[in-house]
Amino acid sequence: MSKSIVVMQEAIRIKKPDAIAEAAARRRTRQRRERAIEGGLFLAALISVATTVTIIAVLLSESIGFFRTVPLKDFFTDTLWTPLFADPHYGILPLLAGTLVTSGVGLLVAIPLGTVAAIYLSEFSSSHLREVMKPTLELLGAVPTVVYGYFALIVVTPALQHLWPGLPGFNMLGPGIVIGIMIMPFVISLSEDAMRAVPMVLREGSYAMGATRLQTAWRVVVPAATSGIVAAYVLGISRAVGETMVVAIAAGQNPNLTWNPLEPAATITAYIVQVALGDLPHGSIGYQSIFAAGLTLAVITFVFNILGHMMRKRFREVY
Amino acid sequence: MSAQSSPRPQPSIARRKTAEALFKVLGLCSLAIAVGTLVLLFGALVFQGITRIDWQFLMSYPSRHAAQAGILSAWVGSTLIMLVTAVVGVPLGVAAAIYLEEYARRTWITELIEVNVTNLAGVPSIIYGLLALGLFVYILGLGESILVAGLTLALLILPVVIVTTREAIRAIPVEIREAAYGLGATKWQTIAHHVLPYSSAGILTGIILALSRAIGETAPIITIGALTFIAFLPPAPITTHPPYLSFDWLMSPFTVMPIQMFGWVSRPGEDFVGNAAAAGVLLVGMTLTMNGLAIYLRYRMRKQVTW
Amino acid sequence: MDLVESPQAQDWPKSLKAETCALSFSYGSRLALKNLSIPVSEYQITSLIGPSGCGKSTFLRCFNRMHDLYDGNRYEGEILLYPDRRNILAREVDPIEVRMQVGMVFQKPNPFPKSIYENVAYGLRVRGTTERSLLDEKVERALRSAALWEEVKDRLPAQATSLSGGQQQRLCIARALATDPELLLLDEPTSALDPMATASIEELLLDLKRSVTILIVTHNMQQAARVSDWTAFMYVGELVEFGLTKQLFTTPIKKQTEDYITGRFG
Repeated sequence: MSKSIVVMQEAIRIKKPDAIAEAAARRRTRQRRERAIEGGLFLAALISVATTVTIIAVLLSESIGFFRTVPLKDFFTDTLWTPLFADPHYGILPLLAGTLVTSGVGLLVAIPLGTVAAIYLSEFSSSHLREVMKPTLELLGAVPTVVYGYFALIVVTPALQHLWPGLPGFNMLGPGIVIGIMIMPFVISLSEDAMRAVPMVLREGSYAMGATRLQTAWRVVVPAATSGIVAAYVLGISRAVGETMVVAIAAGQNPNLTWNPLEPAATITAYIVQVALGDLPHGSIGYQSIFAAGLTLAVITFVFNILGHMMRKRFREVY
Repeated sequence: MSAQSSPRPQPSIARRKTAEALFKVLGLCSLAIAVGTLVLLFGALVFQGITRIDWQFLMSYPSRHAAQAGILSAWVGSTLIMLVTAVVGVPLGVAAAIYLEEYARRTWITELIEVNVTNLAGVPSIIYGLLALGLFVYILGLGESILVAGLTLALLILPVVIVTTREAIRAIPVEIREAAYGLGATKWQTIAHHVLPYSSAGILTGIILALSRAIGETAPIITIGALTFIAFLPPAPITTHPPYLSFDWLMSPFTVMPIQMFGWVSRPGEDFVGNAAAAGVLLVGMTLTMNGLAIYLRYRMRKQVTW
Repeated sequence: MDLVESPQAQDWPKSLKAETCALSFSYGSRLALKNLSIPVSEYQITSLIGPSGCGKSTFLRCFNRMHDLYDGNRYEGEILLYPDRRNILAREVDPIEVRMQVGMVFQKPNPFPKSIYENVAYGLRVRGTTERSLLDEKVERALRSAALWEEVKDRLPAQATSLSGGQQQRLCIARALATDPELLLLDEPTSALDPMATASIEELLLDLKRSVTILIVTHNMQQAARVSDWTAFMYVGELVEFGLTKQLFTTPIKKQTEDYITGRFG
């Protein structure tokens, strides 16, 4: 058996000139194929960049058309948003207010509940409970937003109307609360990640001094995980601001410049939906207005996203 | 030095323990609120909608009369769009992930791509709708069609597919790759024969999660012009005459399940609430099934493969 | 007192399979191998010994251009493969081709999560062999060379991961042998195995050297003494001494070698 291996190796050794040329040709085709494959995969990866560029291009070009008709000053200071009326007004403030109030209510729900839940899951709960809660929270976050909109309109608002009999059918409180519950899993997941990244040794140092679990969690873990937790909040804000269906269904579609969550209002996202449902000729001011609104939304979420990611990166570098 | 006869009393321990017990209650309460909402939500849907679901409901078109309205055009539309989304989004996402994990070097282009992927994951879905409206519907002239909806959702789920595929690929230990290279395999051979097959379960999980998200997306689809009242089906993909395959359905107007639900919820009056709830039951049922499947797959994977 | 070493006092292999000429290697800015000129004797076992971090594995991985897989590495010098005396470190040389001529067995057994048969056949498939009968023949031959055939011949479709650690390592050896490499590199092949498995692999290597040149890195000096014909002792990326194993372990020329062998540092 070993002899045949020797014989074969001898055969390999006696390289004829054409064998060498053959090997070189094989090598060339192999390298060409590998390079072509790499090129194709690279193009696929570039699609993400192309998407971002296209989003910016589309939003900007239509908005430029919009701002040729509407002066920027009016856009930012007018208190009415009525682009489709006979006497049109193009102030973004009512839509902004609607977005901020509903998101604000949502955050008022998501941040306290989410943080407490995250601390509990990370520092107190048994692993069994954690194993059950993780998929449950995932499911909570996976429910389609239109279903949450239904929930806000048909269940939450009537329930709230029991507490405040004068509450209108469309208001910002109901959808705000639902948005809060919707982004809770997201906030919990990111905060928990941040807390779990804090090394055990820090906790052990605290326990060794006689601290209870709550004290350790509150005085050692949370401060150490702060930038990660705040990053979770910031990214949660971005989520809440971008939410569309819940507010479109349950908050009403009439722009209303108010800071009172008990009133109906329209958010930036709800306005875009409203216009899209109608029939607007391409190129009309109404059509362009949704891109201007979209641009505003994009800028807001972009700022919060970048902020949140920078904070997360810095947090990850520390641990 | 004389030892103390007994430890000094520690009153603060009792106080701190009470505080801790209180916090634990708070923690459980917040978790209960989350779980309770899920239960309440599904309960409300089932309570108000389950009776509406019957064969007639699944097979009828929407109608002005609530009792006769059905969800046929919606679930057919959803299915066809999912097909396009999967066919476009999955290969693109997996290819991009392979490039980023296996080929990309630490250059500014790679940084740029990665920043973009992370950023796109946080872009509100309605902005994808605006992108599609401007680019696909008007500039490319593809109209308000199934094709555009599928492309839009493909772009939407791209970041999810990329991130989950990268994680699945990263889990393959370097020793396996080195063994393949050591035997003379090229980079692509190592990827195609080893990395991809061994990470397929993880990649599949990511795809299921991505598609489950896509089914429930409403805002971008509304923006590109899906209608809430569609009383016809797109032309069938399989025809009775050669070449037996038709692509006309790609350019057809359409509706999807979440939009149908939205349409019914938005109509004033009690009658359509039941229909909306029924649509919701189906939607949530689909989402829960797909997510459940993904969770189960992940659980099975963790038990099976020990690297 | 250091004996001054003279080239004639050191033995040198008569027939070479490979040799390194002034080989240096750096990871980024860190110089890991310094000016190594070590011969690899044909159809014999050469072992590399030295304390942790001395660069033995780094040196080994130059022979099949494993470092090319990672960014920032740089080779200097040459590795000549006989009989053509071709420098396999040359930039024009495709690392894939080098790896088709040089086989490697790793420290921790790393079979693919495939069947036993497919593991051994993989190297052949990569070279374009698809004919079933030819594959069967080569797989059987490789498994016999690795002294594994009798144990697995009835369960070739079974998952490779169902084998014991020692069997898995022998499978990895079979996998490397299936493609008839000219040089077989082994990177601490028994460090993850129990003594019985280790003994069976050492026995296997002594048998294999009749048909393939072997270069083995080992942390275990006794293993080097048991198995190899030639030994190179490395320290912090440099060659301290090279010679016949028998001579190096009984009458080392350098004091440093003697200190290491007698366990004065490790």
